[in-house]
Order: sequence, then structure tokens, then C-alpha cells
Amino acid sequence: MPEQAPNLVRSPQPAVDMRGIVKRFPGVVACDHVNLTVGAGEIMALLGENGAGKSTLMSVLCGLYRPDAGEIWLYRNGSPQRADIRSPRDAIHLGIGMVHQHFMLVPNQTVAENIILGLERPRFLLNMHQVEREVLDLSRRYRLQVDPSAYIWQLSVGEQQRVEILKLLYRGADVLILDEPTAVLTPQEAEELGRVMRVMAGEGKAVIFITHKLDEVMAFSDRVTVLRDGKNVATLVTAQTTKTELARLMVGREVLFRVERQLVDLSCAATGQTALLSVQNVCAQNDRGLPALRNVSLEVCSGQILGIAGVAGNGQRELAEVVTGLRPVSSGRVLVRGQDLTNQSPARFIQAGVSHVPGDRLGMGLAGNLPVSDNLIMKAYRQPPLSSGPFLVSRAIGQFVQRLIRAFQVATPSPETPVRMLSGGNLQKTILAREITAGQEHDLTLLVAVHPTRGLDVGATEAVQRTLLEQRAQGAGILLISEDLDELLVLSDRIAVMFEGQIVASVDAREADVAQLGLMMAGGRGAHEQEADKDGALC
Amino acid sequence: MLTLKLEKRLVPSRSMAYLVPVISFVLALLFGAVLLTLAGANPWRTYQAMLEGAFGTPTQWAAGDFYNLTETLVKAIPLMLCGLGVSIAFRMLFWNIGAEGQLVMGGFAAGGTALWLPQLAPELPGWLYLPLMLVVGMLAGAIWALVPALLKAYLRVNEIITTLMLNYIAILWLQHLYYGPWKDPQGYGFPGTAQFVEAAWLPRLIGRVHWGLIFALVAAFVIWLVLGRTRWGYEIRLIGENVSAARYAGVNIARNIVLVAALSGGLAGLAGMAEVAGISHRLQQGLAVGYGFTAIIVAWLARLNPFGVILVSVLLAALLVGGDQIQIVMRLPASMALVLQGAILFFMLGGNIFTRYRLRLTR
Repeated sequence: MPEQAPNLVRSPQPAVDMRGIVKRFPGVVACDHVNLTVGAGEIMALLGENGAGKSTLMSVLCGLYRPDAGEIWLYRNGSPQRADIRSPRDAIHLGIGMVHQHFMLVPNQTVAENIILGLERPRFLLNMHQVEREVLDLSRRYRLQVDPSAYIWQLSVGEQQRVEILKLLYRGADVLILDEPTAVLTPQEAEELGRVMRVMAGEGKAVIFITHKLDEVMAFSDRVTVLRDGKNVATLVTAQTTKTELARLMVGREVLFRVERQLVDLSCAATGQTALLSVQNVCAQNDRGLPALRNVSLEVCSGQILGIAGVAGNGQRELAEVVTGLRPVSSGRVLVRGQDLTNQSPARFIQAGVSHVPGDRLGMGLAGNLPVSDNLIMKAYRQPPLSSGPFLVSRAIGQFVQRLIRAFQVATPSPETPVRMLSGGNLQKTILAREITAGQEHDLTLLVAVHPTRGLDVGATEAVQRTLLEQRAQGAGILLISEDLDELLVLSDRIAVMFEGQIVASVDAREADVAQLGLMMAGGRGAHEQEADKDGALC
Repeated sequence: MLTLKLEKRLVPSRSMAYLVPVISFVLALLFGAVLLTLAGANPWRTYQAMLEGAFGTPTQWAAGDFYNLTETLVKAIPLMLCGLGVSIAFRMLFWNIGAEGQLVMGGFAAGGTALWLPQLAPELPGWLYLPLMLVVGMLAGAIWALVPALLKAYLRVNEIITTLMLNYIAILWLQHLYYGPWKDPQGYGFPGTAQFVEAAWLPRLIGRVHWGLIFALVAAFVIWLVLGRTRWGYEIRLIGENVSAARYAGVNIARNIVLVAALSGGLAGLAGMAEVAGISHRLQQGLAVGYGFTAIIVAWLARLNPFGVILVSVLLAALLVGGDQIQIVMRLPASMALVLQGAILFFMLGGNIFTRYRLRLTR
């Protein structure tokens, strides 16, 4: 596949020119000689997978990070000037502003108060009414509807985002960076945002938005720059490219490393395999009360690994929580080993034998300050021999803990060491030891594993993957949620792709194609599209 | 340029855990000495007076006079019970700052029982009075803590506000009773109820030290046992360290909030029962003197350790009694005693940071 040279397409009136930006973090080069030119009056999409370096590049532009090499040139009043951006304050003085994914607003203050927060003017007397009038004018001009005297806590997420944009416009920003702006929005709000970006471009602003959603690139942008592994892949005029081409550019690798793996039959019923987990037409909401799962149905069979692919934030976390009892469903059923556990407590799910390796190890899977031993008994402390009546049996616990540490080779100075002192790999081994041991209480283990190798080094990754395959060989059913397509292809039997809370495709891992998966993950849904949307309407 | 930097320690320092309180205490005394000198008092003599006031002198002990020491213990008992209650709630990050109100309600319920039982059930044998008062007192404290607990567990209402506010309701309610409907008709107009019948007096061990001390010691042991050796204690520790992990492990958070709050309030209620049945033998002013609030300091200084609570309670009680003494012996204003207490607490609590952080001089 011929790749286009970076910055082949140049805009006629540049506003920002980033040249050869390099940013290294310990162990990784987040940006490797990246170039980016954005013109005044242009909407530029910055496209790439997680970890491609998009956010890092933009953090350099808005002064959060200092680049290790490279130059930033700004074109103000027509003439190029080399900019030395040392802080977000410098950036805003130079007319560059960024709306972050996590909003930086004070909930107990009004919209207008938030907008002038941190400004040096007015120096003495503050005329709030005048500020509110100015904000109102701005919001009318850019079609950013929001009441300047409303308190932030009264606003929806979409409205809060408008306040963030107004904040930048009020400060006179000419270059606006939006970091995954639609991630928090409803489809209608996203469409509205697209119109706002167009208005801003029409006023001569340069708009950069970071995304990994292809539909948005196609709908909103004039040009698109694709990053992969911290490098420029291509810069294209949106009208002259297609979603398929963008998906291929974004995901890149077409040759894949596959380990030897026995292939199993796909249907649970056909081979007489037991369906350990059965999710039937489930709808659920996320923490903000927006639909996160739309009519999801799937089955995890014994001796199989079902992989869930998808870009973060498309319902995978909610799916894991629903099948472990941590999140209620609004409709549909969840069956574990044939037993209906819909909206039962997490304790019931544990009792029914659902093992869970959560994505957030220290946030959910472990209590960091408690010793390794306390963390290893989290699932087993209720039953004998570890407890007897209301009491814990310390001798049995000691033996249990020693057995797990040895069997799973958890490298810890002692069972009494606070678990947070262990390395990432050993944290994961601790969780796996506990969860797999809990699964052994039942004939066949059912394991829900979320990003099991994220952040682990090669050795630990291999150990974790080997453990999962061993479990599968012993008849365990595993629901594997991962953003790492290579890992999914190596481990899974079937792969289902989630996009915006729906399963938009499910394929046999043997026949899966990375480019195709990448396209589906990014929302290019093709034939499934209409059917899936129809199903989603059931929620 | 040299700068001082506060660095987080990887592991909280063991030696510092013991050294810091000692150093802090010494620094606080030095600081207090400066203030005392400025106020024209001899710091050495003042501290001596405090110490003797709190624990007595060898001459007194030789003569069999342990009055000062026992008075310190009398003050320590409610601190112990409330401190234990507060510390178990804090373990689970349930911020019960309503021990004062729970103590008052415990005293009210136990006192009410002692006052009205002779009329309501005259045939009731006397030995039943104290057990009944104990149960009723603990229940009243528990119920007073259950209100915020249920609100938090099921409606996510911030318990800091609710527990704090319920204090004032309890205190004013009790005042209303002994100024009004429950006032002793033969009391010459003094605010307070009539004296309880003798069956409702908690036996004393030595001086005015009553059975409350035994309750506190038993409670400390039970809490230590529960926290370290039982499934319930494990769940409490898990919730305190990481609520998400506890939920993930299948622990019922709401139920634990309710149970722990009830235990916490029950212990404060027991303190109230012991105060009225062991010391005042009536309901009157002087029950709500801030034990429930000081208990919060006790819990922190003891680092939520149940035996630590016992020890710290005695020390803080000594500070209270010794502070009273310097007013009498040294003729220092009452505010001076408060300043000294404040300085000691300030240094002790502030010093805690050095167990988790260390200072580094960097260039």
C-alpha cells in the first residue's frame, strides 16, 4: 500500500505549523518527528488509535508538554513567527486553546464566572452583567447555546462542553483543539458540535479535533492527518478519501503473528458445549445515565474464548460490569450456567462462579494498601476452610495464600507486603491467582477478563496469555475484552466487535481480518448497520 | 537554590510511627514553654502542676490518695468508648462526627429508664436496672447513628453534615427535658432531673472510676478481634481501603454502612449510659461537654487502633484534668490551658505527616 508523504497537501493560509515534533516518555516515543499544518478557516481531524500520539501532540501545542525536539510556527498577521510555548498560559496568549476530555470547570460557579476565571482583566472592578452580555453575544455568534448565569452543575455534559469552547473563544483563541469532543456527547449533540466547528472555521479559526471515529472524520473535517505509533502516516483531503482507506491507514499492520492454537467449533449447542454465560438482549446505562449497551446478546461457551473488540468507551466496560453483577441492566437477561441472575448482587454472581479480572487493577481488582494475603482471599474468605462461622481461620488462610503465591509464581517479598508495592505483572498474577482459584470451585471456570495484559511487559504478557489458554484447554469459558487486536486474534475463537453499545459484528477469529475489524471498530459498519440500529431501538 | 521538598515515602516508616509522636510532644512542650514565659509563668512549674494535677504526686500515692489519677480515668472512660465508636466508623470511611449526640441520646435513654421504671414497673427486681439501661442506652446511640447511615446507604446523603447536625438536636432535646418536663420538683430550681434510684447506679471500682472502664476495655478487645479475626472485620477493612474493590468482591456496602454506624453509635450511647449511671446519677448539665468531639482527635491520634484509643484517651484526659489544675495552682487563665492543649494536639497531628512523607533538601 503506497503511503502518502506527510503534509503532501498543504493548506493555502496556514495558521499553525508544527515541524518535526519529538516527545519521549520513559520507554516510549509518543511523537516521533511529527509534522502538522493547519490552515485558518480549516477543520483538521487528527485520527489514530489509542496511543498513536494524538493527545501528546496536541498537549505539546497547548503548552502542557514541552517537546524534546521540533519547532512550532504560528502565522499571526500573515507573517510566520517561531513560538516558544512553555505553559498553557503562553499558549492562550498566542491564541491556542484546548478543550480537554475531562472538563475543567468549577461546578458551584456560573457559566460567566467560569469563563473569566483566571483572566487578568478586568483588573479591579468586575462587572458581571457586562461579562454575561459578552458571553451571550459570543454564544449567539457561534451558535453555542448556553445561559451565562446558569451554574455549571445545572448543565448537561454537552452544555459544559460548550462552556469550555466559549472559554477559549472569550480569550480570543484562533486555534481551537478539541480532544475527542464527541466521546461524551449524544449523537444529536455531536451533530450540533459539527455545525459549531463549521461556524468557527467560517470565522477564520483553525479547528483541530482528535478522534478515532471515522464517521466523524468524514462528516466534520476538511482534511485529516493520520498518526500511528507516534508517526505521521498520511495527511489527506477528506473529500478525496474513504473510510476504508482511513481505517487501513489507522490500523496499519496487515501481517499478524499468530500462535499455534487448536481451533474449536463455534456454536455452543452444535458440539454439546455448555453455555457458561448467556447475555440476552441486554440494555444498560453508563454512569451518566446514557445508554451504554443496546440490545446486546452473546454466549460464552465452555472451552472457548470470546473476544470483544472495540475502541474504549463503546460499552465494553459496562458489558463486563453487567455480567459480573456490578451494573444493573434496564432490560434483557443475564444467565450464568443456566441460572437467571439478572440484576442480582455481585455476591450472587461470585457465588454462581463468575471470575473477573477487571481492567482497573488497583482501582477495582485490588486494595493497594492491604497485604497480598488479604487481596488473595477476596473471593474465598466467605467459605470454609478460610472461615469458620464469623471467624477467619488464619492458619488455613496462610496455607491458601502460600499455595496461590507458589502456583502462580507471584513475586512478592512476603504475603504481608502491601500489594501496591508489586509490579504490574505481579499485580495481574495476584488477581489471576485469586480468580482462577475461585473458578476451580466449579466444574468449568467462567472468566471475564478485561484488558488482561494492558501495561504489562513482554514476559508478564506471555504469562497471562498462557494462563488464559491453559484455562481454555481445561474447558473454561472466557470473555476477553481488549483493545489490542493482535491479542484478540491470538487468543480468541470468536471475536465480536462493539461500537456505540452494540455488537456490530461477530466473526470467526480464523477468518478475521485486521483492516476489516479496524473499520468496524471505528464505526464503519456496512451490512450490519441497519439491522444493528433497529435492534438498538429496542432499549 | 536550595529548596525543601516533601516526598512521599514508599512505605510508611515504622520507626517514625513511634518517634514522631514523641518528638511532636516535646516540640509542643517547648512551644508551650515560650508562650508560658511570655505570659509570665514558669514553664517548668506549670508543666509540673499539670502532671501532678493529672496523675498526683508520689507523696499522695504513698498516702493512698489516688484522687487525681482516678479523676483522669473518669474523664478517659467516655473518651475511650466514643473514640472506639468513632474509630471503627472511620475505618470504613464513614465520617461519624456525631458521637456527642449519640452519647447524649444514650444518656437520655438510660436516664429515662432509670427515672421512670420505678413508677412503671415497681415490682421489677433491682438487678435488672443496669442491664436494661445498658441495652437501652446502646440502642438509643445506635438509632441516632442509624438515621445518617440509612440516609447515606440508600440516598447517598453526606453523613458528615447529618451526624453533626443531629448532635445539636440531641443536646437541645436533653436540655429541654431537664429544664422542663423532667426537672426535679424538689431540686430547688436547679436544672436537672431527680436522682436515680440506687439500683441504677453503676458500681464503682476505685474513687469515681466506675464499670465504664471495664466496658471500654472489653469493647476495645472485641473491636480488635472483629477487625483482625472475623469476616465482618475483613469486609470493613476492605471497604475502608477501596470501596470499588469491596463491591467487586461482593461485599454489601449499604449493609455494612448500617451495621458499622449502629456499632459506632452504640458505643457512644454506652458512654452516655456510663456517664449518667456511673457519675452524675441524674440527667443534668455536664453530659454534653465535648467528649464526642474530642473522641475524633482520639481516634486519629490512635491511628484507629482500638488499644491505641485506650492509651490516647488517658493521655487526653490527663491533658484536660491537668489543664484544670494549672488554673487553680498556677492561677493562669483558663484560656492558657486551652492554648497548651491546642499546641500539643497541633504538633501531634501535624507531625503525623512525617510518617508518610519525608523532607528532602534539593538543589
